[in-house]
Amino acid sequence: MKIKQLASIAVFLTGFFLGVSSIQAAEPVVILNVSYDPTRELYQEFNAAFAKHWLAKTGQKVTIKQSHGGSSKQARAVIDGLEADVVTLALAYDVDAISEKAALIPSNWQTRFPQNSAPYTSTIAFLVRKGNPKGIKDWDDLVKPGVSVITPNPKTSGVARWNYLAAWGYALRQSGHDEAKAKEFIAQLFKNVPVLDSGARGATTTFVEHGIGDVLINWENEILLGGEGLGKDKFDVVVPPTSILAEPTVSLVDKIVDKRGTRTVAQAYLEYLYSEEGQEISAKHYYRPRLPSVAAKYTKFPKLELFTLQEFFGDWQKANKTHFADGGTFDQVYLQLSKERR
Amino acid sequence: MRFVLKQPSVLPGFGLTLGCALFYFSLIVLIPLSGLFMKTSTLSWEQFWDIVVNPRAIASYQLTFGASLVGALINGIFGAVIAWVLVRYRFPGRSLVDALVDLPFALPTAVAGITLTAIYASNGWIGRYLEPLGIKVAFTPLGVLVALTFIGLPFVVRTVQPVLQDLDQEVEEAATTLGANRWQTFRTVIVPELWPALLTGMAMAFARAVGEYGSVIFIAGNMPLKSEITPLLIMTKLEQYDYSGATALGIVMLVASFVLALAINLLQWWSSARHMHQ
Amino acid sequence: MNTSIIAAGKDLQWKDSLTTESSLVRRLLIAAAFLYLTLFLFVPLVAIFSEALKHGLSGYIESFFNEDALAAIRLTLLVAAVAVPLNAVFGVAAAWAIAKFEFVGKQALITLIDMPLAVSPVIAGLIYVLLFGAQGWLGTWLAEHDIKIIFALPGIVLATIFVTVPFVARELIPLMQSQGREEEEAAITLGASGWQMFRRVTLPNIKWSLLYGVILCNARAMGEFGAVSVVSGHIRGLTNTMPLHVEILYNEYNAVSAFAVASLLTLLAIVTLSAKVLIERKTASPDRLKSRR
Repeated sequence: MKIKQLASIAVFLTGFFLGVSSIQAAEPVVILNVSYDPTRELYQEFNAAFAKHWLAKTGQKVTIKQSHGGSSKQARAVIDGLEADVVTLALAYDVDAISEKAALIPSNWQTRFPQNSAPYTSTIAFLVRKGNPKGIKDWDDLVKPGVSVITPNPKTSGVARWNYLAAWGYALRQSGHDEAKAKEFIAQLFKNVPVLDSGARGATTTFVEHGIGDVLINWENEILLGGEGLGKDKFDVVVPPTSILAEPTVSLVDKIVDKRGTRTVAQAYLEYLYSEEGQEISAKHYYRPRLPSVAAKYTKFPKLELFTLQEFFGDWQKANKTHFADGGTFDQVYLQLSKERR
Repeated sequence: MRFVLKQPSVLPGFGLTLGCALFYFSLIVLIPLSGLFMKTSTLSWEQFWDIVVNPRAIASYQLTFGASLVGALINGIFGAVIAWVLVRYRFPGRSLVDALVDLPFALPTAVAGITLTAIYASNGWIGRYLEPLGIKVAFTPLGVLVALTFIGLPFVVRTVQPVLQDLDQEVEEAATTLGANRWQTFRTVIVPELWPALLTGMAMAFARAVGEYGSVIFIAGNMPLKSEITPLLIMTKLEQYDYSGATALGIVMLVASFVLALAINLLQWWSSARHMHQ
Repeated sequence: MNTSIIAAGKDLQWKDSLTTESSLVRRLLIAAAFLYLTLFLFVPLVAIFSEALKHGLSGYIESFFNEDALAAIRLTLLVAAVAVPLNAVFGVAAAWAIAKFEFVGKQALITLIDMPLAVSPVIAGLIYVLLFGAQGWLGTWLAEHDIKIIFALPGIVLATIFVTVPFVARELIPLMQSQGREEEEAAITLGASGWQMFRRVTLPNIKWSLLYGVILCNARAMGEFGAVSVVSGHIRGLTNTMPLHVEILYNEYNAVSAFAVASLLTLLAIVTLSAKVLIERKTASPDRLKSRR
């Protein structure tokens, strides 16, 4: 009897302490994901899915806070001290900037996760008015006189840089790598641009809400969302036969996760993007999944020929210097256009 | 003559209040602003000059200062009319109008920007009637002017209104009795009285407009060399991690602001000196 | 409308034919004022509410009852609750020193107080980033001591204070200057302590202007966008103020909710401004009596 009682007390106590220790291990944790504009809906769903997965796996409750904005603006906030555990940005250049200017991330960050640290990809596509009245099918239709093109400002928007490079790459392919011809093509294109919004979302609003422009160049995911979500009866999606492979990249912010002791959960968070469920959620929100099994299920992504940034521009550092830095080709094009206007 | 730092007074609290004020305003305004100069000092003079006279920067000054000036002039005219109507006439809804005049001041600039864009876009409530006339407002420099006029609206009304209220009717009566018609009375008696307040109000509207960012970016179209304002250019430089470039343009605007603040103070001093004189 | 104008005008002394315009001019001027205000004020105002109520009242109310919107409302009120009293206290101190004493450098101090009115909000945000950001002058020190300023509440409060700092002092300085020193000097000569003098003489004299300044300051504090946007970090439910929340909703193609939150801010502004008009009536009536005498 006595022994039995003692034993039960012992069992109870062990259980109690085990419980306590497991509660300690499962202390709720909050991580911050600093991302760019069009990923709001994606991460809203993914965060809930990951929190559920993490709770089931470890018993720990995790809350993921989100911050969205223009990709470079967000990178700058992290550089200036916004304590992001993970960044999920529009282009590798912005993560490079965090690594370079603030040394929060090691320079080899892009090798730490599979596939250039880009769990999902996208490309650049067009949205046109219903019935495609201007008959836009490919990039060279954008430079025709009388076609009004909406694209954001490459100086402030991540996608606008992808747009610019996609058009430039297209022109290089057409002209057999003639840089001067490519620049002329870009000048013709920007001659048709009536508004340069500061971000991807602003450009979509200009096109959809304010009814400006014949064609919107934007992320494929924004275009598909716009074509299906915002007004199936008002717009048509046009995917050009060739475009650029856009790789939005993700990274841990090492200095922050080490300081806050959140490395394990942050690492698991990004890894989960590559999991079956993570890929499903990406695909659902119109990001092209990497996992072949998931990709096979989603036929909504049109087939097209994709060229890479590396093919024509080397890397982001080089592309940025040649095209978007002060005095780069974008500035030159606008100087030329304003001279023509006079 | 002995140089005195402070005129003697029996009133207490000079040291305390001045100390507090200096401490607070240095902490909040002076030190942060001087930080701007220190950051710019990492640039060489040539680099600084290259940034501030870059064609895009010049075009943005022209637009920012030009649209602000035109906006201030429009507000000068209509602000004076509104103040006159509010003070001199009685009509239904007068106190409602009086309360609403300050709205552009209190309304968040982003809200103003989104709303004005929605109204003046070619499918908006007002824009759709302007479009057939060949007038495009949203996404053109004209849109910048609309936004800057909107945010400057309260300043002229609010500086002219009290002066009009205090204006002595007897002088007007005397002028009329002496044979001046209404227009002559207005020109020779009322306008000289209103002039300093009107200028102050316009200077304040101008100053506010020059720095405005939130409402303009939505409606401007933001085309380089055409509809790009200087604050946006500063933001653009920041997004490219070019802090010293951003601060260099910031300095140009800051110096302009300082000159404006000084001018407003002088105008107010002039205005109150005239007032005392009466 | 014309008859009511004339009827209402009868009790006013300046309706005296000597000092008024012909009714045509009067009507033209009122029409001009209304046209201008319609284009720039009434239409935008109506647009905000009509967009907000596009999906009916229930959709309107729904826009406020979610975590993010409530957090944004709380943060905005909190920021105003810190920034406005600070600006009021130091505004009174500055006005006292400037209005009641003659000293060297007074104009410089006044200009310093006025500066934030003319500084672009973008620059206002930028200066705090340069100072307190991780790459700023105090960044390393702050990081070592784990003090967060930028992208947290203190940064938002600081930016708001900067933008609204001139209003109380600006309202008080001309009034206190015109009131002169005699009343306070009498109180001191009669043996009042400094605090007694302030409470019994100065404060009653300035209370309406003070309140007016506080109201302006508050209106601007709740609506500031540009400066706060630079230092906020845009973390949902944490560092988003109401104006920033409006922008976020707008960018999520949720125009109805964006305008709903905007309309709440507009209502706050209208309530504030109505309070201001009431105060003006209170202050204006004794003054006007004085000037009529």
